[in-house]
Amino acid sequence: MDDLEEENKRMKAKTLRTYLARRILQYIFVVFLGLSLVFFIPRLLPQDPIRAIIGQFQQHGAGLDTKTVETMVVTFQELFGLSGSLVEQYLTFWRRILTLDFGPSFFQFPTPVSELLRRFLPWTLGLMLTSTVVAWLIGNIIGGIAGYFSRSRWARLMDVLATVVRPMPHYVFGLVLLILFAYLWKVFPLGGGASIGKPLSFNIVSLLDVLRHSFLPILTLVILNGAVWYHQMRLLVQNVKNEDFVQYAKMGGVRTWCLVSQYVIRNAMLPQVTGLALSIGQIYSAAIIVEIVFSYPGLGTLLFEAISRADYNLIMGIAAISILTVSTLVLIVDLLYPLLDPRIRYR
Amino acid sequence: MGLVLKLESLRAGYILRSLDRNRVIPAVNEVSLEIRDDEIYGIAGESGSGKSTLLKTMFATAIEPPLRIFGGKIYYYVQNKEIDVLTLSVQEKMRLSWQYVSYIPQGSMSVFNPIRKVRTVFLDFLKSHVKEGEEKLLAVATRHVKALGLAPEVLDAYPHQLSGGMKQRLAIALATLLNPRVILADEPTTALDVVAQKAVIQLLREIQRESKNTIVLVTHDMGVHANIATRVAIMYAGKIVEEGSTTAILKRPLHPYTKYLIDSLPRIGDKHVRESVPGNPPSFLDLPSGCAFHPRCPYVQEICKREVPQLVNVNAEHKIACWLERR
Amino acid sequence: MKIVQELFRDYRFTLGFIFLTALVALAFLSFLSPYDPVKWLQVPRDMPPSWPHILGTNSKGQDVFWEATFAIRNSLLIALIAASVSRIIAAVVGLIAGYKGGSVDQALMFLTDGILVLPLVMMLILVASIMKGQISLVGLGILLAFFGWPWDARTVRAQVLSLREQVFTQTAMLSGKGVLALVLGEYMPHISPLLLSTVLNNMTWSISSEITLAILGLSKLETPTLGTMLYWALRRQALLLGYWWWILTPVVLTLVLLVGLYFISVSLCEYLDPRTRAQRVTME
Repeated sequence: MDDLEEENKRMKAKTLRTYLARRILQYIFVVFLGLSLVFFIPRLLPQDPIRAIIGQFQQHGAGLDTKTVETMVVTFQELFGLSGSLVEQYLTFWRRILTLDFGPSFFQFPTPVSELLRRFLPWTLGLMLTSTVVAWLIGNIIGGIAGYFSRSRWARLMDVLATVVRPMPHYVFGLVLLILFAYLWKVFPLGGGASIGKPLSFNIVSLLDVLRHSFLPILTLVILNGAVWYHQMRLLVQNVKNEDFVQYAKMGGVRTWCLVSQYVIRNAMLPQVTGLALSIGQIYSAAIIVEIVFSYPGLGTLLFEAISRADYNLIMGIAAISILTVSTLVLIVDLLYPLLDPRIRYR
Repeated sequence: MGLVLKLESLRAGYILRSLDRNRVIPAVNEVSLEIRDDEIYGIAGESGSGKSTLLKTMFATAIEPPLRIFGGKIYYYVQNKEIDVLTLSVQEKMRLSWQYVSYIPQGSMSVFNPIRKVRTVFLDFLKSHVKEGEEKLLAVATRHVKALGLAPEVLDAYPHQLSGGMKQRLAIALATLLNPRVILADEPTTALDVVAQKAVIQLLREIQRESKNTIVLVTHDMGVHANIATRVAIMYAGKIVEEGSTTAILKRPLHPYTKYLIDSLPRIGDKHVRESVPGNPPSFLDLPSGCAFHPRCPYVQEICKREVPQLVNVNAEHKIACWLERR
Repeated sequence: MKIVQELFRDYRFTLGFIFLTALVALAFLSFLSPYDPVKWLQVPRDMPPSWPHILGTNSKGQDVFWEATFAIRNSLLIALIAASVSRIIAAVVGLIAGYKGGSVDQALMFLTDGILVLPLVMMLILVASIMKGQISLVGLGILLAFFGWPWDARTVRAQVLSLREQVFTQTAMLSGKGVLALVLGEYMPHISPLLLSTVLNNMTWSISSEITLAILGLSKLETPTLGTMLYWALRRQALLLGYWWWILTPVVLTLVLLVGLYFISVSLCEYLDPRTRAQRVTME
């Protein structure tokens, strides 16, 4: 038995190590790929947009002094890689990314882009993480139970609801909720992250205020994303339900709640964790859109501003920070997976 | 010798739902049999003969869709009292399962929840039948596993860390936890290598000798039946075509189908080419008229095509359903 | 014929089919439009629905109904271009990865997964913001296609992997068939229904992405699409001014289009999935 244990420990360390190594490698690759795309996309486009943009700058910047415009142009040239050879440009680009130095913002001059990102990112993260965790858990649990008791009437009702809700685009669904609950029936504020004029602080009133403002955006994300998790879980449970170990435990009289939670749902959840990792990019995109509908003070709204004011430094900054954020979240989910699946932890 | 389980003209099967109509698959057709105390009762037949379905009908809690009972009776004999299983409530069935009758499933490779330790699975099963603290239940499980000659450490493993033979033996341990009177075993040796097969058969035999209970063993492998079964029933197309003591069946098989099955057994020193049954087993959706075996039978007569032969006694211990024996 | 009959048994397929047929008919009506979709001030502004402007007119002086026929047509066109181009990329990547296996497979899947986890809308926005307002319909379709293939490349690869295990590949390989003949002759028949069923999902994604870009003001705003219609309505405060017909038209059309596409795709997927096709029954 000692031998066996020794062997087990060695194998366990090995599989876990290869798993982690793969994930971290993938992380580095994704960050590298995404940011390189940010660097190369503008250079691959047929016309020379950068010159056009610089032209726009000089036009728009008429009100600013020449020195300001010049700083903008320099940062911009560096970010888009216009000064020096291609290799030099690429290296400068990475230096700026790694130091999170995207130059000053154009429409909130002279605030640095990184300062704006720091101010708006927490809102996006808060909105996205809360809604994702809630949607994932609710979708999986309801989907799991509905999948197990798929013949019951309420399970069928849930199916129809999810099927109707699921194809709705985030923007349109959010807009409908906004019209219904903020415009026609004024239970929720029309937008924003907190009431204006009140400084944010850690007390109940302030917290409730933030919750009230984020309720509709979170609801939009939870319903639409939850419907996806619900459907996927239901399909997964359909298969897990017929696995020998579930059928056998059922015959053996294992209590229903233990059977549904520990045998069916926990097994069907494993592919859903991988699914979560793969969809974080989409979830993030959805959150950005929903922010715009509700003018929620996160990166989405900031992006909207940046686009309408042609603030390219800021757009670049948001693109870069988005890639970093999303890949980091993917990595975190991937790293959590072994905690749930003993087949990766031990072999 | 008392009875532990009895079936009376049992008809069971599945309903196949396709888009335009529902069709009945009569996997068990008018089966009557009596299973006695302290014996190993073997059920043999090709795959698709309905033997696994028959075994499932004997396990009260397994009777639920897609498996359906179309007619007949199932009796248990709990403390000398006859119990009509089909009239029991779900709770009563649950109470009897595992304590009176338990089940070792086919494909034991996958009967353990892959993300739970074997120990936890044992506890899940125990908790639903015995009202005791976790510590005590764990002690019961450990003692039982030890008694079966397995290392108690395997309880701390995850299923994927164990070999197929070990998982099968643990499945047997799981099924016998509460010392049931009847153990239903569905192909327990299939998909195992020869060494593991031998260990499993030995384990089953020891359990039976120890507790003097009954094992109903389904397998297509006549060799296994020859090895441990007291009596054997031969199934064909959802019906029992021959039943008798193992020695009688092996020495003097009467049904042509049984003869084929016995002939396919290897014998030491015999250099004959093994003859397998010609043709293929019939589909339940399209059973031949009369005796279902008649299209494959070398001794087929006119009557075989028209009328179904009943299972009748040849002598006290030997029954057969074949027109050849009615002359 | 029997297939069609069986499909129509599913209420979702029937509904989806009706929705889509109606929308396609609307799109074709655009060819009969008495108005130029790009020009402003062709009709009185801000009129509620009445004859002859059955869906009213907007603040740009356009007839909302006829504008909507163009919007549907253009949105469908973008979605079709995006879906077909990205199907080609998905098929090629999936086939190569699945057939070649080994390090080619690993490298391609690494790339696919890499693109998959990126916030694609962000990348789209980046490109579109640089090309601001200069992307043609076809260009937008191709741009969307460029980001819309990874998920389905994975699906194709999985299918090829399972096909490769089957005997007929071995037989075909041993009989000396060329790789191309094998791929086209043996794999394509199995993969095309799969690709077909993903077309609808991809169209849904493309239409939603187009709306996103338009709402951000990043597509060619004078071309009517579902997205740009919504953009103008929101931009001109149609909601606050009470011009509900202007904002409701693109919203309802979008919902009908996406629900229709989704229903058909779900119903097709279930039909193609052998597990749900006839209730499976375990024997023995």
